[in-house]
Amino acid sequence: MALTENTRERRVRASLAPWLKGVLVALGSVSITMLGLLFVTFVIGRVMPIDPVLAIVGERASQSTYDAVYEQLGLDKPLLVQFLYYLWDVLHGDFGMSLLNARPVSEDIARVFPATLELATLGTLIGVLLGVPLGVIAAVRRGSWIDQIARVVALVGYSMPIFWLGLMGLLVFYGVLGWVGGPGRLDIFYQDIVPSRTGMILIDSAIAGDWGVFRNAFSHIILPATLLGYYSLAYISRMTRSFMLEQMSAEYVTTARVKGMSERQVIWGHAFRNIRVQLITVIALSYANLLEGSVLTEIIFSWPGIGSYITTALLSADMNAVLGGTVVVGLIFICLNLFSDLLYRVFDPRSK
Amino acid sequence: MSETLTLRQWLLTDEPTSRRHARLASLYKGWLTLRGNTMAMFGLGILVALVLMALFAPLIAPHDPYVQNLGNRLQPLGSPGHPFGTDSLGRDILSRLIYGSRITLYIVTLVALIAPVAGLLVGTVAGYVGGWVDVILMRVTDIFLAFPRLVLALAFVAALGAGIENAVLAISLTAWPPYARMARAETLTIRASDYISAVRLQGASPVRIITRHIWPLCISSLIVRVTLDMAGIILAAAGLGFLGLGAQPPSPEWGAMISEGRRFILDHWWVATMPGLAIFTVSLAFNLLGDGLRDVLDPKEGSQ
Amino acid sequence: MNALNRLLSTAVLGAAVVMTAPVPMAQAETPPNMLVIANRIDDITTLDPAESFEFAGSDVSRNVYMKLVNFDPTDLKAGYQPEIAESWTVSEDKRSITFTIREGLKFHSGNPVRAEDVEFSLRRAVILNKTPAFILTQFGFTAENVAETIKADGNTVTITTDKPYATSFVLNCLTATIGGIVDKEVVMANEQDGDMGNTWLKTNTAGSGAYSLVSWKPNESVTIQSNPDYYRGAPAMERVIVRHVQESASQRLLLERGDIDIARNLNPEDIAGVRSAEGVKVEEELKGRLMYVSLSQKHPELSKPQVRQAFKYLIDYEGMKNSFLSGQYTIHQNFLPQTYLGASDAAPFTYDVEKAKALLAEAGIPEGMEIEVGVREAQERIEIAQSLQNALGQVGIKMNITIGTAKQILGRYRARELDVYLGAWGPDYPDPHTNAGTFAYNPDNSDAAQATGLLAWRNSWDTGGLTEKTAAAVIENDRDIRAKMYDEIQAEFRETSPFVIMFQQIEQSAQRDNVMNFSTGQAITSASYWQVTK
Repeated sequence: MALTENTRERRVRASLAPWLKGVLVALGSVSITMLGLLFVTFVIGRVMPIDPVLAIVGERASQSTYDAVYEQLGLDKPLLVQFLYYLWDVLHGDFGMSLLNARPVSEDIARVFPATLELATLGTLIGVLLGVPLGVIAAVRRGSWIDQIARVVALVGYSMPIFWLGLMGLLVFYGVLGWVGGPGRLDIFYQDIVPSRTGMILIDSAIAGDWGVFRNAFSHIILPATLLGYYSLAYISRMTRSFMLEQMSAEYVTTARVKGMSERQVIWGHAFRNIRVQLITVIALSYANLLEGSVLTEIIFSWPGIGSYITTALLSADMNAVLGGTVVVGLIFICLNLFSDLLYRVFDPRSK
Repeated sequence: MSETLTLRQWLLTDEPTSRRHARLASLYKGWLTLRGNTMAMFGLGILVALVLMALFAPLIAPHDPYVQNLGNRLQPLGSPGHPFGTDSLGRDILSRLIYGSRITLYIVTLVALIAPVAGLLVGTVAGYVGGWVDVILMRVTDIFLAFPRLVLALAFVAALGAGIENAVLAISLTAWPPYARMARAETLTIRASDYISAVRLQGASPVRIITRHIWPLCISSLIVRVTLDMAGIILAAAGLGFLGLGAQPPSPEWGAMISEGRRFILDHWWVATMPGLAIFTVSLAFNLLGDGLRDVLDPKEGSQ
Repeated sequence: MNALNRLLSTAVLGAAVVMTAPVPMAQAETPPNMLVIANRIDDITTLDPAESFEFAGSDVSRNVYMKLVNFDPTDLKAGYQPEIAESWTVSEDKRSITFTIREGLKFHSGNPVRAEDVEFSLRRAVILNKTPAFILTQFGFTAENVAETIKADGNTVTITTDKPYATSFVLNCLTATIGGIVDKEVVMANEQDGDMGNTWLKTNTAGSGAYSLVSWKPNESVTIQSNPDYYRGAPAMERVIVRHVQESASQRLLLERGDIDIARNLNPEDIAGVRSAEGVKVEEELKGRLMYVSLSQKHPELSKPQVRQAFKYLIDYEGMKNSFLSGQYTIHQNFLPQTYLGASDAAPFTYDVEKAKALLAEAGIPEGMEIEVGVREAQERIEIAQSLQNALGQVGIKMNITIGTAKQILGRYRARELDVYLGAWGPDYPDPHTNAGTFAYNPDNSDAAQATGLLAWRNSWDTGGLTEKTAAAVIENDRDIRAKMYDEIQAEFRETSPFVIMFQQIEQSAQRDNVMNFSTGQAITSASYWQVTK
């Protein structure tokens, strides 16, 4: 008994140590990547030919007003010093003030990020719910008409300029047919009715039990979410198909079939089980892409999300806002990558 | 007839007489497989047509794409002399689309030359040399991967100023990291092979090993990847044009044409629709071809 | 299609209404006591009247803050009228104006409006020295001398200028946003690090006007609610929501559906479309904004007088006015906008390529000359630029168009780097000096002068003697003589300057037809809502 206890303990320790080491290495590489990301963004912001002072004071300002703001922004200090100051603030959770709307950047991000999160989540849901079954069926019936259709659907998705499809969608479904809500997240009358808890209107209105707001928000989000969903569907269904094909040609599938297992059990019970980890990685990647803020979709649909926030800030030289937004987006991307890496390590037998 | 048959036989031989013979033979077999793929051939056909259209634009286009006629603006589809109508300044949309194909091809070609080569260089060096070089290069790759792609391109263009050349650079800047990762992964497998050890034992320098032995082995997967990425490049270029950061007016860049036309979307929808269809057709063609190429060049279909 | 459209939208909305019993909303109509406006408000960066300088921000200020003197939106022609100042007197030497403060006015906080608040607000604007401060400091006020030059005494406030300026000039300047009177007690209670409440006032308001701020969400909306104690009586519209809608097409759809009352940024095509919609009307008001092209006088060729003249014949004024600018710009070739004192409607230039060719030949312009024009990424400007590019092509000049954001292009313009600039200029306050003082005034043309605020300086133009004439006009107190002086300055300016003034803006606001008395403020002020009824 004591012996078994001892071996188990030893085993745990043995498996824990590399795990811990892995986490530490991962954390280290994440922080280095973040630092690099910040520095690159910072440098881009400084070499941009847009004068941040001018962006604040406007074209009519006198030279003395201009000089005062120049000093206030610390632009008279060397670049590296400015960067270190900025880093110090960020490490203390302070992204600075947005130069252009006089609010803390963190407040802005807290406002715009939920909008993107809501859209990206719904889009990914659509992509997964339709894309995975489509991919599986296409693989199982390789070469059939359904495989061909799945292929065309995916290729069309890869080929469509999203800003154009968005415009056309708005024109047809909002302008002509009136089936969906227009640009923006809500009609004017529905704004500011439900208290903002999560910043995601669908969830907020559901919590408040206000189904009118919910319906309105849904009518606004459904078109852009479907568009984004289509793109992730294209990607997810293609990847699912090729993962499945790999499994279906594996020996154990043949064995299972020979043993007389039903086709259904073979597909879902065995082949699909084995691609789950790979699939989650793919979904995470697609989710990360949508979370980065689909700039063009957000612009077409006047969606106040993080993509259009960073873009607007960039074009008006609001560098605090750009940096803050990039940090958040980069962090999400890196974390989702890390997450799928870990998943691989923990569940994939081959990587052990 | 008999001569072509011999050529065919020569190409289809199972016993190649030289290395070149073997390579040509495998290329020909690949081509035969590709030719059997209707959709890929369809894509290839569109692309050939596009190249011809770009080459002979002055002969094909019914009008000068730059000539304005304020008295004849926003003509509808199918109006006499202007099958696709006219835009806000009275320019012929069809002619602008035809000339715009030159810009699209220009961008695609340049990006397809810059990004994979940069990625290949970084990836193979990192993979082959290893150690600190690998760590640093891959960290840099990660940083660029973590950037929101369009935002990075936007920032770059905003920093350098709008224009086609800068748009090309910006797109290349966002497109190289995946190639680098891919090339590194391939290099790692190739490096460990007996064949490379043998070459190394013969005293070949690392530069020679990388350029002569590793690069050629990475090429085929790279080509597939590039073809599949072409559509993404076209869409990114159009996106930049749409935001006013690509080609400058009066260039008939397709993305910029959509952006100009979106103002009239309710009453004159074709102004934005036609260039959108053009972008869609070309990127679809690249995707169809890429999909077919993957079947030919990459037996393990779809693996990344 | 339209019937189907309406049917479907009613069906969708109907379903929504069934689901939303507790929410007060009507199907295709805004509530009778609420005014909903679609506008582009992404230019708002601050609501502090001492700092606010952009269009949408000025609209908010005009409704939230009262000023010493102000315009009556129902009678803008009458010029400035008493507001917080009940009356005023001008001293013998024409350098001091003493205002008597109206009794019984209250801020939104309930505090009375006192002479002390007026003194504080004006001094504060000078001391903070934000962007619009030049409107006040041009009278010689400085942070050091405000204690002497802006002084409250009992219920009067006296301001003393450094020169005997025309009284109308001084009072016109006080109608600008920077003249807004803030609640001293409230503002100072929110002071941080000696900022005179600037940080707080950026996102809050402390005024006495017809409305008070409920919320400002950047790039989303501004909501204001009526002040029941407003001295002219409580406004009929109890709540006004200005919603940011970027696209003209979206604004139009919202208006046609009755989701909004007023759409302010419809392009000519959508205006044409909306005119045929039921229940919608279009109101036109002449605005102060001018569209112009200017030529850098540092450029060896563009500085030749014949070349300057040739450009004025290379603008297709009529063609553009009748096509893509249709209804939204009118031809105007002088630097004072119509309705301003001294404005002139002389328009001697027409599109004449042959004449331009002859002028260029006379100047000896090299064949195939290339120049660069900087344009902001606004569609109408890009199209004007392309039209000019087309015309220049016909006379053998290649003009490359560089498009950038407002900030990029402006930076290069201010640094005197552009060959040609194509852009707009809007007056800062409703007095002729606002434009004369920038187009025709440039006392020091050297690079070192850094007079970046002056358009003449940005184009490196020494004005050829117009600087002195402009300086003389601003201290002329006789209205008719002053008008005549401006007329003469403009006559010379038209012929000699490197500025090609092309168009004056007309704002077309499309409204539901039950909206009455809405005014965007024409060329002299901003939009106001208190007089609006439905």
